[in-house]
Amino acid sequence: MPFGNTHNEMKMKYASEQEYPDLTKHNNHMAKILTPAMYERLRSKQTPSGFTLDDVIQTGIDNPGHPFIMTVGCVAGDEETYEVFKELLDPVIEDRHGGYKPSDKHKTDINAANLKGGDDLDPNYVLSSRVRTGRSVRGFCLPPHCSRGERRAVETLSIEALASLSGDLNGKYYALKNMTDAEQQQLIDDHFLFDKPVSPLLLASGMGRDWPDARGIWHNDNKTFLVWVNEEDHLRVISMQKGGNMKEVFNRFCTGLTKIETLFKERNHAFMWNEHLGYVLTCPSNLGTGLRAGVHVKLPNMSKNAKFEDVLKKLRLQKRGTGGVDTAAVGGVFDISNADRLGFSEVELVQMVVDGVKLLVDMEKRLEKGQSIDEIMPAQK
Amino acid sequence: MASSFSRILSSKQRIGILSLVGGSVTAGYLLQREHVSAGLPVRRSYPASAEYPDLRKHNNCMASHLTPAIYAKLCDKATPNGYTLDMAIQTGVDNPGHPFIKTVGMVAGDEESYEVFSDLLDPVIRERHNGYDPHTMKHPTDLDASKIHSGNFDSRYVLSSRVRTGRSIRGLSLPPACTRAERREVERVVVDALAGLKDDLAGKYYSLTQMTDSDQQQLIDDHFLFDKPVSPLLTCAGMARDWPDARGIWHNNEKTFLVWVNEEDHTRVISMEKGGNMKRVFERFCKGLKEVERLIQERGWEFMWNEKLGYVLTCPSNLGTGLRAGVHVKLPLMSKDPRLNKILDNLRLQKRGTGGVDTAAVGGVFDISNLDRLGLSEVHLVQTVVDGVNYLIECEKRLEKGQDIKVPPPLKQFK
Repeated sequence: MPFGNTHNEMKMKYASEQEYPDLTKHNNHMAKILTPAMYERLRSKQTPSGFTLDDVIQTGIDNPGHPFIMTVGCVAGDEETYEVFKELLDPVIEDRHGGYKPSDKHKTDINAANLKGGDDLDPNYVLSSRVRTGRSVRGFCLPPHCSRGERRAVETLSIEALASLSGDLNGKYYALKNMTDAEQQQLIDDHFLFDKPVSPLLLASGMGRDWPDARGIWHNDNKTFLVWVNEEDHLRVISMQKGGNMKEVFNRFCTGLTKIETLFKERNHAFMWNEHLGYVLTCPSNLGTGLRAGVHVKLPNMSKNAKFEDVLKKLRLQKRGTGGVDTAAVGGVFDISNADRLGFSEVELVQMVVDGVKLLVDMEKRLEKGQSIDEIMPAQK
Repeated sequence: MASSFSRILSSKQRIGILSLVGGSVTAGYLLQREHVSAGLPVRRSYPASAEYPDLRKHNNCMASHLTPAIYAKLCDKATPNGYTLDMAIQTGVDNPGHPFIKTVGMVAGDEESYEVFSDLLDPVIRERHNGYDPHTMKHPTDLDASKIHSGNFDSRYVLSSRVRTGRSIRGLSLPPACTRAERREVERVVVDALAGLKDDLAGKYYSLTQMTDSDQQQLIDDHFLFDKPVSPLLTCAGMARDWPDARGIWHNNEKTFLVWVNEEDHTRVISMEKGGNMKRVFERFCKGLKEVERLIQERGWEFMWNEKLGYVLTCPSNLGTGLRAGVHVKLPLMSKDPRLNKILDNLRLQKRGTGGVDTAAVGGVFDISNLDRLGLSEVHLVQTVVDGVNYLIECEKRLEKGQDIKVPPPLKQFK
C-alpha cells in the first residue's frame, strides 16, 4: 500500500493525461514500455487485493535509472498483479528475460542429481560457492503491498515450517526486533544479517514499511543454509559454503527447498508458481527460478584481459564485486553468477555456472603462464 | 478538464463556507461525506489486533496516543479521497523517534483527515500544542503587521530576520496522498496566482523539472533551492513520490519573498532579509500572503482554514499559524550562560543552529524562533519573538558590561 495511491479511486476523476507520469528522463524497462495509451487502459484496474497500476510503477517513476544499468522499474504487490497488468508486465518480462514470450513455458528442475560435475572447482581460485532463490507464499500479498497482519502471518507460518527441519538442516530463527546484541554481532560476523533496505529502488515501492516488524533470519546450526523472512520477498533461501564444491551447495539447496515446500503445503500453503512464470516473486527480474548461483573467484589476470566481458556474455554469466550487486571487485576477486533467471531450469543455470567458472579458471591459469586463451574461447550459449 | 476540477471545487467550497459558519456543522457535513464516497479498503482479512503496529520502542506523539482501541475504531475508516489511518501513521511506525526529541509521528493526507481521524489527532494536537483542544477552543488568525512594535533589532547582533508559514489549497489532497494530477493542479493554481503579484512582490517561477544549470546554481548560491527530501520522516509519509514532478520555487526579483511549491506542503511562504528589521519582514509577509489569497480567490480557489485548527497543513505540528518567525543573532556570551535554555523556555522561544532544525550553533550565532504555532495569532507570535530577542540582546549587552542578567518569568500561554 504505497503512500496514498492504493484505494484512491478519486484519481479516476482526472483525465489520464493529467495523471500520466513524466518519464522523459527515465531509463528503465517500465518507462520504455508504458505509453500514455497503455496507462489509460490500465489505470482503472486493480487486483483483488487492491494493488493498482500506480502502485506497480511508483518505484520506476521515483528512480529514473542509470544511463548504463537498466532497472526493471516495476514490482508486483500480489500474485494477480502479473495477470491484471500483463499488458505492461509481459513486454517488461520479454525485454528483461531475453525475449521470453507470453506463450512460453518455464521449466522447473530442482533435482540436484541432474547436475553434472560441480564438485571439483579449484579451491585455490574459487573461494566460496552460493546459491540463492526466493519463494512467495500463495494467498498473501507481497512486500510492497502487504499489511502488518499479513506480514506477521507469513512470519508465523515460516517459523513453524522451518522449526520442523532436522538433521543437518536443524536450525534457529532470529526475529530482527527481538535480537540480542550478541546474536546480532554473530550474524553480522557470519555475513548473514540483512538490514533495513536503503536502496531507493526498494524503499520507493514500500518494502521498508513497518521495519523491523515480522522480519527475521533463520539458519541451520552448520551455518550453510539460510532463510531471510520478509525482506524483498516473503522468503529468500540461501545455501552457501567456503570452497568450490558447488554440487554440495546445490544438493543442500534442493533438499532444503523441497523440504520447506512440503512443510508449507502440509499447512495448506503452496508457493506461488505457474507454468508460464515459474516461481512468482516481487521483482519481475526474479521470475522463473529466482535463482542466482555464484562463486567468489580470483581472476586477477582474466579481469584485465580485453576479452573478459565477451567471455562472460558468451557463457551467460555476470560479474559483481564481492559485496554483491553494485559493488566493485577487490583484489581481483569477483562474484561470478548466472545472468538468467527465467526460461532456463535451476539445474540448467547452475550447470552454466559450474561449466563457465571451470573455463574461467582454466583461462586464468593459462594467462598466468603467459599462454593465450584464444583456442578455448567458448561459443555463445 | 477544467470542468472536473470545478465540480470537485464546488463541493469543497461548500465545506469551506460551512467551516467559517460553525465547526460542528462542518463536522457533520464531513462525516456525511465520509459515508457517501468510495475509498473504503477493499481488503481487511485480519482483525485490528493482528494489524496493530508494534510501538513498544517508539517515542512519538502518535505512538503515545494510538491505543489498540482507537486503532480498532479507526482502522477501517477512510476520508472521501480514500486516505486511511494506516497511511496517516506510517511515518510514525517507520520512525520510532529519538529519546530526546519527540516527533509527531503522523500526517494528514487531506483536509478531512483531521476530522475522520480526530480520535487520534485531537490528543496528538493537545500534546504537541500545549493543551490546545480543537473541540473547545478557537484559533485566532491575525495578519495585521501594523500591530508589531519595537520590531527593528540592533543589527550589531541580529544578522538576518525571517518569517515562514505554509498554505494548502482547499479541494486538493496534501503531499502524502496527492495524485500526480492533483499536485500538478496545485502548481498551476499557485504559479498562476503568483504571476499576478506586482511591484516589490513581482517575481518568477523556477520549475524543478525544467531548471537550467545556471538557474540552479544561482538558487543554490541564494540559499533558496530545496532538494528532494532525504529525511525518512518525510519520505516514509510518501511526500517525495514522483519527484521532481510539479515542484518548484518562486521568488520576487528582490529576493525577499519566496514560495516553495509542493515540498512538504502545497506551499511554503517565506519572507526574509538581512539585518534586524523584523517588522518590515513581517509586513511583506502579510502583504504577500493576503495578495496571493486574493489572487487565488479570484480564480475560485481558497486556502484550507477553519476556526478550530486555523490554517490546515500536512504536519499537525504546523497547524494554526504554521508560522516560524526567527532571527540569526550573535549571542556569544549568552551561549555560554547556563541560564540560556531556561530563559528561552520562559520566553516561549527555541534555539537552533544556523543550518536550521537539527544543526548546531556556530560562533555563538543562533537561530532563535517561536516555539508555538497553534492557539495564538501570527501577530502575537511575531511580537513574542520581537520581545524575546530584544530581551536576549539586552542580556548580552549586560553580560558584555559584566552586569548580571535575570531569568524572566514564564509567559502566560493561552488558557
